[in-house]
Amino acid sequence: MTDLKHIRNFSIVAHIDHGKSTLADRLIQETGTVKERDMQAQLLDSMDIERERGITIKANTVRIEYTADNGEEYILNLIDTPGHVDFAYEVSRSMRAVEGSLLVVDSTQGVEAQTLANVYQAIDADHEIVPVLNKIDLPASDCDRVAEQIEDVIGIDATGAIQVSAKTGQGIHETLEAIVTELPAPQGNADAPLKAMLVDSWYDAYLGVIVLIRVIDGTLKKGERIRMLSTNAVYPVDRVGVFTPEMKPVDRLGPGEIGFLTASIKQVRDTRVGDTITHERKGTEEALPGFKPAQPVVFCGLFPVDNAEFEDLRDSIEKLALNDASFSFEMETSAALGFGFRCGFLGLLHLEVIRDRIEREYNIELITTAPSVIYHVYMKGKDNEPGEMIELHNPADMPDLSKVDHMEEPRIKATILVPDDYLGDVLKLCQDRRGIQLDLTYAGSRAMVVYDLPLNEVVFDFYDRLKSVTKGYASFDYQMEGYREDNLVKMSILVNDEPVDALSTMVHRDRAEMRGRAMCEKLKDLIPRHMFKIPIQAAIGGKVIARETLSALRKDVTAKCYGGDATRKKKLLEKQKAGKKKMRQFGKVDIPQEAFISALKMDN
Amino acid sequence: MRSPSWFRAVLAGIVTDLALENWQEAGFGLYLHWPFCAAKCPYCDFNSHVSRSIDQEAWQRAYLSEIDRYAEATPGRVLDSIYFGGGTPSLMDPALVGAILDRISDHWTLGNNVEITLEANPTSIEAAKFAGYRAGGVNRVSVGVQALNDADLRRLGRIHSVDEAKQALALAKSTFDRVNFDLIYSRQDQSLDDWRAELDQALDMGPDHLSLYQLTIEEGTAFGDRFAAGGLRGLPGDDLAVDQYFLTQELCEAAGLPAYEVSNHARPGEESRHNMIYWQAGDWIGIGPGAHGRLTLTGRRIGTETPLSPTEWLKTPGESAREDIPLDEQAIEYLLMGLRLREGIGLERLKSRFGMALDPQKLNTLLELGLIELDGPTLRTSREGRPVLNAILRELLSD
Ligand SMILES: Nc1nc2c(ncn2[C@@H]2O[C@H](COP(=O)(O)OP(=O)(O)O)[C@@H](O)[C@H]2O)c(=O)[nH]1
Ligand SMILES: C[S@@+](CC[C@H](N)C(=O)[O-])C[C@H]1O[C@@H](n2cnc3c(N)ncnc32)[C@H](O)[C@@H]1O
Ligand code: SF4
Ligand SMILES: [Mg+2]
Repeated sequence: MTDLKHIRNFSIVAHIDHGKSTLADRLIQETGTVKERDMQAQLLDSMDIERERGITIKANTVRIEYTADNGEEYILNLIDTPGHVDFAYEVSRSMRAVEGSLLVVDSTQGVEAQTLANVYQAIDADHEIVPVLNKIDLPASDCDRVAEQIEDVIGIDATGAIQVSAKTGQGIHETLEAIVTELPAPQGNADAPLKAMLVDSWYDAYLGVIVLIRVIDGTLKKGERIRMLSTNAVYPVDRVGVFTPEMKPVDRLGPGEIGFLTASIKQVRDTRVGDTITHERKGTEEALPGFKPAQPVVFCGLFPVDNAEFEDLRDSIEKLALNDASFSFEMETSAALGFGFRCGFLGLLHLEVIRDRIEREYNIELITTAPSVIYHVYMKGKDNEPGEMIELHNPADMPDLSKVDHMEEPRIKATILVPDDYLGDVLKLCQDRRGIQLDLTYAGSRAMVVYDLPLNEVVFDFYDRLKSVTKGYASFDYQMEGYREDNLVKMSILVNDEPVDALSTMVHRDRAEMRGRAMCEKLKDLIPRHMFKIPIQAAIGGKVIARETLSALRKDVTAKCYGGDATRKKKLLEKQKAGKKKMRQFGKVDIPQEAFISALKMDN
Repeated sequence: MRSPSWFRAVLAGIVTDLALENWQEAGFGLYLHWPFCAAKCPYCDFNSHVSRSIDQEAWQRAYLSEIDRYAEATPGRVLDSIYFGGGTPSLMDPALVGAILDRISDHWTLGNNVEITLEANPTSIEAAKFAGYRAGGVNRVSVGVQALNDADLRRLGRIHSVDEAKQALALAKSTFDRVNFDLIYSRQDQSLDDWRAELDQALDMGPDHLSLYQLTIEEGTAFGDRFAAGGLRGLPGDDLAVDQYFLTQELCEAAGLPAYEVSNHARPGEESRHNMIYWQAGDWIGIGPGAHGRLTLTGRRIGTETPLSPTEWLKTPGESAREDIPLDEQAIEYLLMGLRLREGIGLERLKSRFGMALDPQKLNTLLELGLIELDGPTLRTSREGRPVLNAILRELLSD
């Protein structure tokens, strides 16, 4: 147990790619926490997918021992938080467990949208903030300009900003000193009843659920019995320890410390992030403010390409859900795709990560249907009474329009930073997506626009479009803003006169014709020609609003076929048969699996 | 009048007893592959190679040894056809061709109307050998004319001119009983009218047999590479290509050379017997590098293959693979080859010899789409169906 004066708890906030992970690696290396030969680039990004994409998904923790210039030994606990907007909620939770932040800004780039979103969370959590200007080894580095921008846009003092190159190691020592001298020590009382915050939890195949905790008051030892205040569930503690970053058992954890416990907890779902942990007896009755669990906002269907793999899919989804309380699922049947699951995610990245893991770790090929948000459908009531409200997760479940009074959709507040040159394109994109401009200001040569946008227009390909119209120079972040009524309708797609449930989407009435036309045109390119012509229609209720015709196949024959070609031809037919397995049949029409997503991508 | 059922039963018994061997029913042929050419054409994916020195005597020894080996396995059969294919068999010495034909007739009885074809490229050097081939026993040539304008011949990488080709053709006609020539159409920048004019000109030359192939871009050829790299502009889209195909059917039919197969046209009676053996699932021996064979031996259908590489084959002439072809695959082969023919296939033969019955519902769908015709026990592709034969096969063979 370390005395409070010698503990510092902090996180690092940064826009993606500004060097958060590299800086963390340097801090670990400089203090000798990990031996040189065990050093692996980006130590804290532990999942394959995290390393591959260079993103942090779950919070990671490391305990660093540092002997400061004043000769005293300190324990520095770093919580590395996810940078992506999908996991913003996770960031805000982790921030409650520490007292300070390093604000890392790439000195060649300046402040970006995620810099703002994350630093505001740190300010909300009452953090002391130390600005760090990174990548000073690069010729384009401009520390004065960026420091000024930090003061101007964020409103914090950047005169003492530390100039760092996480690449060469320059400024790392100064950073460690600043953590000790600038950030406050935690407060707490070792003699008070145990009060610890449940920061995060995840599943480990060998140890069961691992719980990351921050002790506020009291001490926790192995073998003690703990109680979760929200559920009153009691567990005997098997282990307590710290991350170095490997898990290392310790005798006890005291006030101000961050570490883990295991206690034969079977499911991540049995733990509530933000919960208060105390001793079974003589514990505290005073709960920490707590957190709402993160709610999924984006939904889509996941279906196995091979119907026979449904049970395997169920298995993999259940296993993944054990470790991810923010991911929801329920069984779904589609006339077109057979049995699958309707799954809820925190955002598109979260969706992609889960889908990747199912395909990769469980080897199941998936068909993903169009992502959708949750609509609030208000039904007509009897005798002027308001009717019930239905949460619609799947356009296929849309009730009959005549029974619907009105509908509401989720909106977001989006912040976009973009160089002046591309501002026009960004405004047009937001306008096209039914955005309402809330603010437009300048930070140096960059414009900062704030838009109120329907989430539904953003979940799908907004971010891709934004990157493409701004050649990658824009940055983007958003937060949920609640529900608002609008004129929404369900648009169905009919292929060869049969509705394809997996292609129905909710759209704004004013956009329906345009979206319908675009989808029909896309499908016309995506569906291979058949032996007969195929009408492709978009319809609202019974009314067709757009139509294309895929003409019949006219030519598919081998010109030369003699004695030696029979074998080759036979193999070709086999191959085509295997290819057909990757398509879904709707009546007489085969639709390739990628069509379900590609049909929705808008080119503008 | 309906015959009494006992009579039909007896008749059926007789028919089974007298059932013909496959080679008797659909013909027996011998294919011999010559793998060399004077230059490699950029569109061609045949097993053909350019080689500076060819030891024709060594090739003769190898071919003869193979002929001897196959003769032992097929005693008492009557040969309906012999085919020298390539490559460019007109690069073979006439003496080599003669020796091969002599050895073949030492072993097998040749049918009364035996067809002996040799593929020839239309340059003057080769035309000079025509008389020698005739003397050796060749009675039919197939000349690769490919195009009737010089600019296009150059784009196709051909080393002869239109004039040369015409002279070679004229000489062929006066030398051999039967002559075919090949054209490739749906070429780069070839309009419908261009092709109409060219085909008219070809028909004016009074052929009895024409092979008219739509240019296919094959993987692993120079054209294939150029196409993959975004080159080779001006190729027709499917719509123009199919219009050109239908125009071909129309003009040839009007000139008395209807299509009897997807790409082959003949005056009735002038069809290539050799190729009919392939399309009707007869038996044939395949000799030479990369040659495939199909033989019914002691009731089993055998597929043979040889090494592709000419040097390898020459070193040890023989097969690189020999396999029993399971009944279901035999049925598929019969279907995919037979439906290329205008005459179609026999559903009874499909059932009795190959054990396959087609799904009536699928047949119905295809009938309703007008892509096939059912004529008693005969199934054939319609005029509209033939150019989408692959799709028809996918439908018929899907599970
Ligand atoms: N030149 C230079 N590159 C850096 C520096 N710090 C990080 N990088 C590079 O910037 C990219 C993003 O860094 P990373 O630490 O993954 O950023 P994160 O997304 O904030 O975690 C990587 O390619 C790093 O190698 C630095 O100080 N100088
Ligand atoms: C074995 S090849 C050629 C025989 C002879 N060597 C010649 O070139 O005249 C038979 C015929 O197939 C045709 N052919 C070859 N490759 C082709 C392709 N890629 N597309 C269309 N027809 C092709 C040509 O018409 C050629 O004459
Ligand atoms: S088309 Fe004929 S000449 Fe040209 S490479 Fe092929 S086989 Fe040889
Ligand atoms: Mg990172």
